[in-house]
Order: sequence, then structure tokens, then C-alpha cells
Amino acid sequence: MSDAAEPTELVAPAEEAADLTAAVEAVDAEVPPAIVAQSLAGYMRAWVLRIRAGESGVLPVIVALVAIAVYFEARSPVFLSPGNLVNLFQQSAIFMVLAMAATYALVLGEIDLSIGYVGACGAAITVQLVQPVTTKWPWWAAIVAGLAFCFVFGAIQGTLITRLRLPSFIVTLAGFLIANGIMLWILLRGPFSGYPNLTGIDNNQIVLYKLMWGTLDPTVSWVVMALVVVALGLYIFIGDWRRRRSGLVAPPTSLTLIKIGLIAVVGVVVVWICDQNRAALGTLEGVPWVMLIVLGVLGVWTVLFQRTRYGRYIYAIGGNPEAARRAGINVALVRTVAFALCSATAGIGMLLFASYLGGMSNNVPGGQYVLYAVAAAVIGGTSLFGGRGKPLHGVLGGLVIGGIYNGMYLLGYDVEPQFIVTGLVLLAAVTIDSLSRRGSAGGGVTRV
Amino acid sequence: MQVSTASAQTSPAGPEPLLKVREIDKHFGPVQALYHADLDLFAGKVTALCGDNGAGKSVLTKCIAGVLSPDHGEIFFESHPVHIRSTRDASRLGIETVYQDLALCDNLDIVQNMFLGRERLRNELLDEDSMEREAAKTLATLRVTTVRSIRQPVASLSGGQRQSVAIAKAVLWNSKLVIMDEPTAALGVVQTRMVLDLVKRLRDRGVAVMVISHNLNDVFEVADRIAVLYLGRMVVQDDASNFDRQSVVEYMTTGGLGLSGVRRSRTN
Repeated sequence: MSDAAEPTELVAPAEEAADLTAAVEAVDAEVPPAIVAQSLAGYMRAWVLRIRAGESGVLPVIVALVAIAVYFEARSPVFLSPGNLVNLFQQSAIFMVLAMAATYALVLGEIDLSIGYVGACGAAITVQLVQPVTTKWPWWAAIVAGLAFCFVFGAIQGTLITRLRLPSFIVTLAGFLIANGIMLWILLRGPFSGYPNLTGIDNNQIVLYKLMWGTLDPTVSWVVMALVVVALGLYIFIGDWRRRRSGLVAPPTSLTLIKIGLIAVVGVVVVWICDQNRAALGTLEGVPWVMLIVLGVLGVWTVLFQRTRYGRYIYAIGGNPEAARRAGINVALVRTVAFALCSATAGIGMLLFASYLGGMSNNVPGGQYVLYAVAAAVIGGTSLFGGRGKPLHGVLGGLVIGGIYNGMYLLGYDVEPQFIVTGLVLLAAVTIDSLSRRGSAGGGVTRV
Repeated sequence: MQVSTASAQTSPAGPEPLLKVREIDKHFGPVQALYHADLDLFAGKVTALCGDNGAGKSVLTKCIAGVLSPDHGEIFFESHPVHIRSTRDASRLGIETVYQDLALCDNLDIVQNMFLGRERLRNELLDEDSMEREAAKTLATLRVTTVRSIRQPVASLSGGQRQSVAIAKAVLWNSKLVIMDEPTAALGVVQTRMVLDLVKRLRDRGVAVMVISHNLNDVFEVADRIAVLYLGRMVVQDDASNFDRQSVVEYMTTGGLGLSGVRRSRTN
């Protein structure tokens, strides 16, 4: 690999380098390709090397998605129809957002089992507050109230975990039960004895219903997509350009353009699919709101994780809490806030669930959803052992879970094989995670 | 033990030490870990702190680094009395400690580790480019040149490279005093060489370096001065040229009882 390219800033004087570079070849495979390669060819070579060494990033999950698409399309021709793809995304959206919630706990090396029911509590509060016959809160205030409940609930759990040093597994298991109880209690407050709905004619309710079912006008969809692609493209291009200009190692311009091109292609394909009329009768077309909501959560949390001090501290604590403490990081505060944000994100996820259902039910599969959320995050590439993971992993993993769920439903399987297959996929993902961790020398090479 | 009080008097001539520790006591319950311990550390000099297990090396180090506070005694930094109550206080004075277990995050890359806890921001977001340039500059001036890329996760580095990163992290903050706890423990021959060269380069930059070490080879290789603790007392501090292996071992194991009175009372 020495021919790929030398990083410019650290070129060693020959006599110094001679005796100390023996280990370099061995570690090459663990270095993200973007930082050793200066040319497109070099980048591709480094990438192949990394995949061979088991450091494959999001590649396995992409392969899994393609495999799912091919398998189910072969057996059920409607699987890849626009109508089903949009439906699949809507079903997956709940898993995606819950998986992004779980990412907070997982990157810290913790677990949060309560997200399903804590989120459901928040959703129940929101749904109850907008009921036109009782409180009649405006939809945004109701959402804020629901998410605020989740945030506080998470903060309390986080405080117990960090200040009293209780294991997160037990605290959130207790939280799971408590939140389930609170949710049932909230649902009994309203006039509909456990089943407040969102499908009335009241405008407030309809906004919440549309979170999942509303769509943008097809033309507006194109405009929004173009704006998103241009914004992302500019961000990536200017970032790389600035690095190149200041003499830092940066990917070649061709690669930057390929990246932006891929984003644009994905955007065009997604909008094209969504803009097909997918209704059996009448018209149903355009990008669903929920896609923008997922994109928004993904964007904001990605910036928080990757570009802020707070996010850096989450990774640091997940990697080595003692080092983080010695670096002067307020470890307890960072962890507590992470649990609070985890619960608040779960609130968004379960609000989408309520919207999907068109109301709230006392029969929320909160336990099952926790497992799906953790499975989605881990399948996407987030480590169960802490220090490694991104919100994007949750989105990709959520798509895998949603794909299996949707495909098996289309094939007429009952819930039993769905559970078994999802469980097996989770096991496979954890096995890969564990093996790649053991395989790398120091334990856990980052994909941060 | 007359010795310890004797060594408390610094000679009036010569440069003022960067850091002076005077008559520090520290006890944990009935255990007296430090007893009237003194220590002088000079800018541009490497001081090796030696002593057998349980002699109080770690406790003395932690008192200087702000991890522990002494029961009695004073610490002077640049001739001013200081109270170092936390590692933050120590950092503010320009004292950085490189711990034996390195305190690096395996999952973060070299730049991220070097700036951990003190990240640079631009528009409230991390300014990665500026941090990367600064880290590269520091590594280059220390001639830490064997890492393939500074965006490489620390998990993929060798022991010596990790130690170098930990030291560079300490240097990044224009520190005046760098304390290293067993910097060459668990390193191979080549790696040890690399770290010792790095220590010398720090000294040449005018940094005061204190190295805690059991390894007398390393001590005689890099140390300008040697200080020996014995059962919580500072039994001798002197230029390294006034010691040989035999005498250091003697001080470490007996407190210098077998050596001549002249040698025992000499300081500076």
C-alpha cells in the first residue's frame, strides 16, 4: 500500500522512518481510505483492502438491503412497486427513529430498554392534548409537551444511572414497566377509554395524522429534493475544498464529485418513486412528510454526533470513560443528557407510531420495538460495546428490519417467522460486530 | 533520617527551579505516604524520580498533578506559592501528566485525542481542519513521524506511537512541565528509543520533564537530574553525573544508609 499515497503532513525523514515503519503495512487496513488516499485509484484500493480486513463500514447493510430487495421481489412482484416501497419506508420510519434514539445509549456503551414505552407515553400525552372535546391544545404545543415528558423521563433515568451508578440495563428495565403503566394511565384519562384517535375532522388532529400520511405536492417534492441535494453537495464540496486548499489530506476532487453525484441520484430515484401515483383509486403521490421528518432527525443528530463538542464527548466516553474524565469532560452530565435525548428521540419515533395508527392504543408493542430499534442500530453498524456508531446506521438498519417485516407480510407469513428471522438477523449483526472488535488489535477500530 | 531535611536546602546559586515542592506530607489513614518530601524541577532538564514500590512516587506525582492535595507543605511554581486542587488547575499552570495507562480513547483518532476536552470551535461546530493542522505541527516539531496519518484511530497504533501521541497531547498546550509515569514500561527496544528521544526533544525545547521510572537504563539515558524517594522521604536529589547505578540502587533500597555522609547531604 505504500504506493497509494503518503499523507503530506507527516512525511518521515527517511532515516527515522526506516526502523519504525515495520508495523505500518499491518495497520493500513484499519485506516479509513479517505485519509490515506490522494487519488481515486488509491482510494478504491484502500477501500478494497479495508473490506478484506473486515472493516467494511456500511457495506454489509447495503448488501443486505439489496439481498432483501432481490429475494422478496422474486417472490412477490409488488415488493418493489412504488406503493409498497413508500409503505415500507413509512413502516421503517418508526424503527429508524427509535434506532437513532438507541444510538445515544449504545455509543456510550449502555442500553436503554425503556424507549418503546417512554416514547409511547410522550405520544399518548400529545394525542390526548389535541383531543377537540377535552384540552384542544394546538398540535405543536402538544408535541412539545409530549417530547418534554420523554426528555425529563430520560433525564431521571440518566441521573439514576450516572449519580447512583446503577446499571442502565436495570434502570431502564424499571423505566420500561413504569412508562408502560404511565402510558395506560394517560390513555384512560380521555373520553375514548383507552383509544384516543387522530382521525377526526379537527385541524390539529389532522396535522398529527399527516406526520405519517401527509404528502408533499409532486412538484414541491422535486424542489425540496433539489434544495437538500444542493445544500448537502455544497457542504461536502466546500469542506473538501477547504481541506485541499489548506494543505490537509483530502479526497480527490473526482471522489468528492462522485459522492455528490451519488447523493443526487439517490434523491432523484426516491422522489421519482414517491411521485408515482400509488393509489388504487384516485391520486396519492408525492414525497411523504415522514421522509422529511426522518431526514431532519438524521441531519440534526448527525451534526450533533459528528460536529459538536458534545458528540465528541459521547464517543470519548464510549471509548474510554477514564480518559474522558481526565480530559476534564463532565462525564456524568454528558451521559445524563444522552439518556434524555435518547428518550426524546424515542418520543418522536412513537409519535410517528401514533400517526401511523391514526390514534393511540393501549396495546403498544413497546418491548418488541426496543428490540427492533437496538437490532436496527446494530445491523446498521453501531457497536453494542460503545464508542462506535452513527445515526445513519440506525436509518439503514431500520430499512433492513422494515424490509424483512414488510416482505414477510407480503408473502403471507405470520408474525412467528418474522420474529425468528429478525432475531437471526440481529444475531448475525452482533456476531459481526463482536468478531470485528476482536479482530482489530487494540479492540474496536472506529467507524466514527 | 537527617537526610531528608538536608536535601530541603537548595543551594543559593544556580537557576531557580520551575517547580519547588517543600516539606510535603500526605497520609492515608495510618499510612504516611509522604514525609516532608522536597522536590525541585528545572526548566530544560529531565528529572528522573526513582524509588522502590511504595516509596511514594505516585503520591508525590499526584500531588503535583492536582489529583491529590497534600496534608502539609508548600508547592511553588515559578517562585509563586500555588494550590493545585484539580487537574484543571495543573493544566492552567502548564503542568501536564502523561499517565501510565495513557488515557487515550481507542475509538478516536490522533487529532481527536490530542484535543480531547479542549476542542476548537468555529461557529459553534468543531473546527477539525484547524485542530488537524495544529496537531500535525506539534507532531512534526516533536518529529513523531512514523504514524501513517493523524486521522488514524489510536487503536491502530503501536505502543510507542501511542505513548508519543500521549506525550504530544501534553505538549500541545505549551506546557512548562510534563510529568511522565513509566513512559517506557511495556515498550520494545525500538519503541523505547523513540520515546526517550522524544523526552530529550522536550527538554531541548525548554520544558521541565519529570520521568518516573524503574528502569535504570532509561534513567541514565535521559535524566539530567535524579531524585530518589525512600519510604515517603526524598533522600537525595542531584545531577545525574554524580550517581552511578550502584548508588541509585543503594538509595532506592536502603535510603542511602550505606553511602558516605557527603554524598547523602549533597543537593544540586
